Amino acid sequence: MRRIFHTGPMAGLIAAGLASSLAWGQVARDYISIVGSSTVYPFATVVAEQFGRTSKFRTPKIESTGSGGGIRLFCAGVGVKHPDVANSSRRIKSSEVTECAKNGVREIVEIKIGYDGIVFASSVASSRLALTRKAIFLALARQVPDPKGGATLITNPYRTWRDVDPALPDRIIEVLGPPPTSGTRDAFVELAMEGGCKAFPWIAAIKEEDEVKFKGICQTIREDGRFIEAGENDNLIVQKLKANPNALGIFGYSFLEQNEDAVQGATVDGQAPAFQAIASGAYPVSRPLFFYVKKAHVGPIPGLREFLAEFTSNKTMGAEGYLSDKGLIPLPAAELSAVQQAARDLAAMGPVK
Amino acid sequence: MSNDNPGADANPTRPVSEARRKVEAGVARRHASERRFRLYGLFSVMFGIVFLGLLLASVVGNGYSAFRQAQVRLDIHFDRALLDPEGRAEPGLLSGADYQLLVKSALGEQFPEVTERRERRELNGLVSPMAAYELRDLLLANPSLLGTRQSLWLPADDFVDMLLKGHVGRGAGVSGRPGGAQLAWVDRLKAEGRLELHFNRAFFVSGDSREPEMAGVWGATKGSFFMLLVTLLLSFPLGVAAAIYLEEFAPRNRWTDFIEVNINNLAAVPSIVFGLLGLAVFINVLGLPRSAPVVGGLVLTLMTLPVIIIAARAAIKSVPPSVREAALGIGASPMQTVFHHVLPLALPGMLTGAIIGMARALGESAPLLMVGMVAFVADVPGTPLDPSTALPVQIYLWADSPERAFIERTSAAIMVLLAFLLVMNLAAVWLRRRFERRW
Repeated sequence: MRRIFHTGPMAGLIAAGLASSLAWGQVARDYISIVGSSTVYPFATVVAEQFGRTSKFRTPKIESTGSGGGIRLFCAGVGVKHPDVANSSRRIKSSEVTECAKNGVREIVEIKIGYDGIVFASSVASSRLALTRKAIFLALARQVPDPKGGATLITNPYRTWRDVDPALPDRIIEVLGPPPTSGTRDAFVELAMEGGCKAFPWIAAIKEEDEVKFKGICQTIREDGRFIEAGENDNLIVQKLKANPNALGIFGYSFLEQNEDAVQGATVDGQAPAFQAIASGAYPVSRPLFFYVKKAHVGPIPGLREFLAEFTSNKTMGAEGYLSDKGLIPLPAAELSAVQQAARDLAAMGPVK
Repeated sequence: MSNDNPGADANPTRPVSEARRKVEAGVARRHASERRFRLYGLFSVMFGIVFLGLLLASVVGNGYSAFRQAQVRLDIHFDRALLDPEGRAEPGLLSGADYQLLVKSALGEQFPEVTERRERRELNGLVSPMAAYELRDLLLANPSLLGTRQSLWLPADDFVDMLLKGHVGRGAGVSGRPGGAQLAWVDRLKAEGRLELHFNRAFFVSGDSREPEMAGVWGATKGSFFMLLVTLLLSFPLGVAAAIYLEEFAPRNRWTDFIEVNINNLAAVPSIVFGLLGLAVFINVLGLPRSAPVVGGLVLTLMTLPVIIIAARAAIKSVPPSVREAALGIGASPMQTVFHHVLPLALPGMLTGAIIGMARALGESAPLLMVGMVAFVADVPGTPLDPSTALPVQIYLWADSPERAFIERTSAAIMVLLAFLLVMNLAAVWLRRRFERRW
């Protein structure tokens, strides 16, 4: 029979293949590498695509890693193998800035791109709830103040929304929300739960003396099946809401906007989750979105400066920009021009509290 | 002697009928249990078929509409005055011009009564924002179009597409859009035969996009292909070499037993573990680029290697020893025996095992998460070193997108993945049929 393998050349081929792929690590990268938040991802990808189509540069690559994971990759060092931009649905933490500096990432440009509202949606087949942050806290916290009065906590006894607030309908508390790894969850516990928590003066007083205890009380969600972690996929939550008119879902405003024929947003403290109310800050559960640029990469990575200009331009981030068509709540005019100035000057951010 | 036999003739009545009765009673029971067993089997098969049917029905039912896309016929005037207002007529200028203006003016001609600024914005929203780039590509490919009028089919916006396919209702507040006026325009275009569903070519030839009407699977398919290529080129020779050594040359001792146990264990390790290993070794230590198919392929190689080694060893084992003995007997060296006789006979089995391993690798997304292939990559990769996604990852990303139109595209991408898998499995069957030898 015919010889079918020549062992010598084969081994050589594999070795050559490995060697050539190893050599790549040293070569420059000709596209922008972006990592970070899954909330910013739908906006950043639109900009990246526009940029890729209109400029002479390649389309940036965007990984959806979550805010924390993205910043960790971003802070790992300077050089082509590290990402140039990190998207984040919260501000960078001082511990992360320290970590960055330790790895040589000293100058970071912070760009605030706009706001995102967190909505409490239910099926259009149900009546629209008029929630307050206090009601949200009471309905979902693991421990709540004793309804009989006094500064003591009891395990959450509430079963229906009416138990929480007599003005609400007699509907079972059933909330589908994001898991703890999600930036939406962070913002939800910080803005809605903690906001409602502060309505109790004696708990608010704890914050001064023991921040950890305060957070433990305000940010711990009940685990008796009333709050269901529905995973990161917001489309799935929308599907479940359609099937179950009693349930309430927690997700970002852009999903509400895309599914307004199926789900409606509950009002929070009297404000409906609408474009104007989120932009003006009247809707209480909204958060800013950011991205961070490694200044040391502006120059070595082709197109990074132009990408910044595209992202911060009026036609992108402005009041009538294409990101607002995708559900981003744009910055007010004054804040926008400050951000545009910072992007032009590549002004590195100062210390974070 | 035969008289001593109590069974047959001497005393025919009592003991025989006793035994017969027992047997007959047992026969009915045995037949019943036989039937039951067959029913269990049949039931399992039916159960499987029902679920497969449900899966396929839901995927196809959701996804078939994605193969057609709403398109608007517009009379585009490649106006020199709009594209080149200063009349400089430089060749580079054509690529940088504002092609959105062409779409806007064509729509304006179609609906001359719409003048108010906000309404114009809504009107322009009927056509995909990416249509302008199609016009640019068209003109760059054929500069003689400059100055002419062309009647062209351009992709409609995803909301028009969804409306035409009946995926969103016509009620108020559809997808947060103003509705009213736009609905009337859509109806008018449809009545004039300017709005139709056409074959969705973009879905098969383009990379990912955030505009559903422009999003395609070609980038992800190519990424998957490059990855499998790397996996095949590395894992097949390595796996076959390892199998040959272990099966034909290695001494049987504690070390080879230890290696064998480890290979079997590795085949059962969850794939995400290989992703973590790939991140640590290929990206952090060797400095390979994130999101590149070559890294994805290396990770999948680690995952597939044990499977291929096991399949290849089984194939080598099934070659009858007489073949080896005959070869050795007429003076072939052990290496000649293996390469000239054993390997060619074992190859079909090895290839089948390899393809089944590859098919598993194709459907894998967890390890790719760790090496950065869960990413938005709009450009179709040209080499295994370009950033890229893979088909399962593309499905995952689309399933998570807020736009309605991505729901049907998710299912359509699943269909493409299933077709890819089907082709690979058919190749495995064909190879087996073509080259298999039985003894």
